[in-house]
Amino acid sequence: MGYKAALKIWRGDAGAGQLADYDVEVNEGEVVLDVLHRLQATQATDLAIRWNCKAGKCGSCSMEINGRPRLACMTRMSVFSPEETLTITPMRTFPVIRDLVTDVSFNYAKAREIPSFTPPPEVKPGEFRMRQEDVNRSQEFRKCIECFLCQNTCHVIRDHAENEGAFAGPRFLMRVAELEMHPADIADRREIAQDDFGLGYCNITKCCTEVCPEHIKITDNALIPMKERVVGRKYDPLVWLGSRITRRGAKDTPAVPGGR
Amino acid sequence: MTQATEAPARTRAQISERTLRKDPWWQAPRLVAALLTIWVLYATVRVFTGHWYYVPKYHYLTPFYSPCVSGECVPGSSALGHWWPAVPPIIPYAVVSLVFVLGFRLTCYYYRRAYYRAFWRAPAACAVREPHAKYTGETRFPLIGQNLHRYFFYMALVIAVLLTYDAAQAFRGPDGNFGFGIGSLILLANVILLWGYTLSCHSCRHITGGRLKHFSKHPVRYWIWTKVSALNARHMQFAWITLGTLMLADLYVMLVASGALSDPRFFN
Amino acid sequence: MTDEIKRYSYDVVVIGAGGSGLRAAIEARLQGKKTAVISKSLFGKAHTVMAEGGCAAAMGNRNPRDNWQVHFRDTMRGGKFLNNWRMAELHAKEAPDRVWELEAWGAVFDRTADGKISQRNFGGHEYPRLAHVGDRTGLEIIRTLQQKVVALQQEDAVEFGDPEAMIKVFAETTITELLSGDGRIAGAFGYFRDTGQFVLFETPAVVLATGGIGKTYKVTSNSWEYTGDGHALALRAGAKLLNMEFVQLHPTGMVWPPSVRGLLVTESVRGDGGVLRNSEGKRFMFSYVPDVFRPQYAETEEEADRWYADPDNNRRPPELLPRDEVARSINSEVKAGRGSPHGGVFLDVSTRLPADEIMRRLPSMHHQFKELADVDITKEPMEVGPTCHYVMGGVEVDPDTGAASVPGLFAVGEVSGGMHGSNRLGGNSLSDLLVFGRRAGLGAAEYVTALASRPAVPEAAVSAAAAVAAEPLERPEGENPYAIQGELQVIMHDLVGLIRRESEMKTALVELDKLRARAAQVSVGGGRAYNPGWHVALDLRNMMVVAECVAQAALERQESRGGHTRDDYPGMSPEWRKVNLVCSLEPSGPSGAVSLRRQPTPAMRTDLLELFDLAELKKYMTDEELAGLPGATETSAEGTH
Repeated sequence: MGYKAALKIWRGDAGAGQLADYDVEVNEGEVVLDVLHRLQATQATDLAIRWNCKAGKCGSCSMEINGRPRLACMTRMSVFSPEETLTITPMRTFPVIRDLVTDVSFNYAKAREIPSFTPPPEVKPGEFRMRQEDVNRSQEFRKCIECFLCQNTCHVIRDHAENEGAFAGPRFLMRVAELEMHPADIADRREIAQDDFGLGYCNITKCCTEVCPEHIKITDNALIPMKERVVGRKYDPLVWLGSRITRRGAKDTPAVPGGR
Repeated sequence: MTQATEAPARTRAQISERTLRKDPWWQAPRLVAALLTIWVLYATVRVFTGHWYYVPKYHYLTPFYSPCVSGECVPGSSALGHWWPAVPPIIPYAVVSLVFVLGFRLTCYYYRRAYYRAFWRAPAACAVREPHAKYTGETRFPLIGQNLHRYFFYMALVIAVLLTYDAAQAFRGPDGNFGFGIGSLILLANVILLWGYTLSCHSCRHITGGRLKHFSKHPVRYWIWTKVSALNARHMQFAWITLGTLMLADLYVMLVASGALSDPRFFN
Repeated sequence: MTDEIKRYSYDVVVIGAGGSGLRAAIEARLQGKKTAVISKSLFGKAHTVMAEGGCAAAMGNRNPRDNWQVHFRDTMRGGKFLNNWRMAELHAKEAPDRVWELEAWGAVFDRTADGKISQRNFGGHEYPRLAHVGDRTGLEIIRTLQQKVVALQQEDAVEFGDPEAMIKVFAETTITELLSGDGRIAGAFGYFRDTGQFVLFETPAVVLATGGIGKTYKVTSNSWEYTGDGHALALRAGAKLLNMEFVQLHPTGMVWPPSVRGLLVTESVRGDGGVLRNSEGKRFMFSYVPDVFRPQYAETEEEADRWYADPDNNRRPPELLPRDEVARSINSEVKAGRGSPHGGVFLDVSTRLPADEIMRRLPSMHHQFKELADVDITKEPMEVGPTCHYVMGGVEVDPDTGAASVPGLFAVGEVSGGMHGSNRLGGNSLSDLLVFGRRAGLGAAEYVTALASRPAVPEAAVSAAAAVAAEPLERPEGENPYAIQGELQVIMHDLVGLIRRESEMKTALVELDKLRARAAQVSVGGGRAYNPGWHVALDLRNMMVVAECVAQAALERQESRGGHTRDDYPGMSPEWRKVNLVCSLEPSGPSGAVSLRRQPTPAMRTDLLELFDLAELKKYMTDEELAGLPGATETSAEGTH
């Protein structure tokens, strides 16, 4: 039943570090996080791991297991063969604090740039009436547990740190989509989605969707529909002409100042 | 995290390997690259061939030559007449549609993913470092042109109608009355799947209903949107299947037109 | 060791960034106070995300007969009348407004057909009352509050040029000590987890919103953060803990595989039709309906099944009894040898709802079982058993403002006591966070406004706190903190668990005493930067004192009520209902010397008493308590309905 697993774990801080070898006992039904905890309790008390709920609901224990971005609490050991050496590294896109823990403040800074939910001023709490079919789309995106695996895996910033300023990443472009599709939101974030949050950097290669532990269809349901909406706002000559003729000038909501 | 400004300067983990993935991640992009290359080579050869594209007896027209508007074209091979100057096929005979067919597929959200991964390797697979020093995505020329997908979609609708007409023609026997053979069925299947590919397009999903904020105020469009969304979930499958059926339909017409194969007829 | 301590000055410091902490911080900021939120984990990861079922509020969207009086009654019944009635009243009255407010801040709840917020059935609630989002309501609430904080920061960025001018979140920061000056709160001392640097918040008002104590138990649905920090901080600051013996065992936690034992299986499974069966396939809950609840619960499976469609003419299925009842029943079945292969019972929704309906209503449960146990809940039953879920006891507070007995100290949410009496109803936790979060934020703001002068932090206290915090790192060798934590969890689970006995609890106290001495000698390797061993060592100190309070109070209360079940005193006693057990630290004694005393419960207002049938009240209260009520003198034994 139980066996000893060979682990290679990235240990270090401030960028300098290397893979260290460990042998840790594994029991039936365990996930990678259980094994890391055993390692921590028995061999390496100071091994830094960020975790919280251990139920796939909080999105804290994001790391890369055999090169794939995953939640350690939702990765069962049974998907690996007992002979296999597991390589566990921190998320590559974010600066390392120590060992497997990264500094994800980039994401919180991006969150602050997006204009917040903007309901019509005349609607008072308790007066909102929204149909289920109108909230379904936003609800899918609100399943997001902010594990930031999509942000980590997106090559736009993962392989090109220079794009960090211009690109908000899948999680926050999805947040824009969530608000744009919210039936009670009246702001218009299409222009800034393209100009400030870098929707155009996305080349829809779908890695965000591939790694999402909540199985949110980020690309098909958020990013592509957002791209289409941006086309409607910025690149569609017919729409442009129509808005000129009817004089329904667009009221774009600006990005939040001081956010970056 | 908010106090990160006070923390020591931090850098990303320095890991020299391009990826630590152990699964065969390179297989999918290689396969895609191979299939797309084969198809493009085949299609290129065919559109510049200039013959074996029409079977007058059974009214079979290959989709690669529809509408055959060049003055060089065989009579009956175009639903729109032959008004293009009669030059040999340095310019493909169906130039008016091929531009849009190609554009529709090139700007398609699925094919973009496929060729960015397979050919441009940006990225070849998830969490695999891409080889480029710089990346600007679809923010500037020429890739900003991908935003024209919607217009190619409109044109693709027109072309789908043309091909539907062609498929209907293929159900006329040698005497001009109803009749059909294997070729008719192939052309019919091809056009049905092409409709599937066209209507499952992301732009179509947006135009039909996705752009709405309140589905509840537009029940009919919402209903259409749910159907298009269901198709849209299969867009990748349609993209590949139609590449296959296009090639098969063309190959079949070519073989029959060249006389290498005789079309088995079920009726007339 | 007292090298550079980072200092900040705030009007209000909220410790804890879950639902209650964020709601309190938002309120303090809305009142114009400069507010800090301190979170042990990242912003938006707090334990509130684990809440699944919903947020109870008598909005009456699904059944117009629901109102605050009914909600109040349900809450009091659930808590076996030990609840602080004023808190239960405020909670029932204000919960709808708090939910609607969330919606105006961007929360997207599931909808009814006419576009209102949908409400679902839950254990102990007479009508469908829980506003919900699938089975991830807690996530929705914390995300909404998080995004409201961001929205406020955006406003501040425009006004002050700095988004963090008025409200700032200190993520991954732990407070180890509250500091007082002139008998009032003056500051909070702690460390940044990422760097290990010490930090001092100078502030006249501290709101504790640290959640519960579940990590003192072996099988728990709680995350690592639930180490009773706020309870211990309050005790050390001189405040009192109320009724710590009441620890709620959620009836349905996962039992297999071992690594996820205790992980929560939401009550919504039962609210939406799931039933409990033993190994013989029997719906055993029908045999366990206690007398006090008999009038409201169905006696046959047929009636129970009719209830889902027609709740007005049928009584509720007994699977929806309050949590303490269901947990004890499951325990009895397992003890009687009718349990499931892994020591639980079967919770089955697969034969009750179509697969797509299960996927729509319980997506995260499906995901959880599929990923972690390889069980498809649309096809087979789940195995479940009781798991430590919630502590009803906590810091004794003023119902209206959340103020503790120490000036400047406030407590809200799970860390506060009184609201839920001896047993919390499902869904009342999220509403508790919102209602009292706002009230505590308001209370703290008003306290700060009324202050003539701010107490100063005594420097000696700062260096003392720094020395205590640094100890485990400086001790060259000693005990492994993980090992001690493990032993503590076993003691509490085995000896002060679901069913309690005097002899076992006495043993527990002796064991805890020994463990405390060893816990004082822990040593950890490594440095200060993100060193989990060190973090555990510091949390351990809090867990020890909280465990002591729980064990002492449990030993003292000689009756069974709600989350406290005594094998040797199986009955519920009206005499004990009049008693609150209050735990405090001996100011002069050695650290960790916990003292316990009895305190009378406040008498309920007559108009609230009159919301109940006299016959029902008589099951809980003594005759003299009811003497003032009309009709109380006749000693008739009429039924409740």
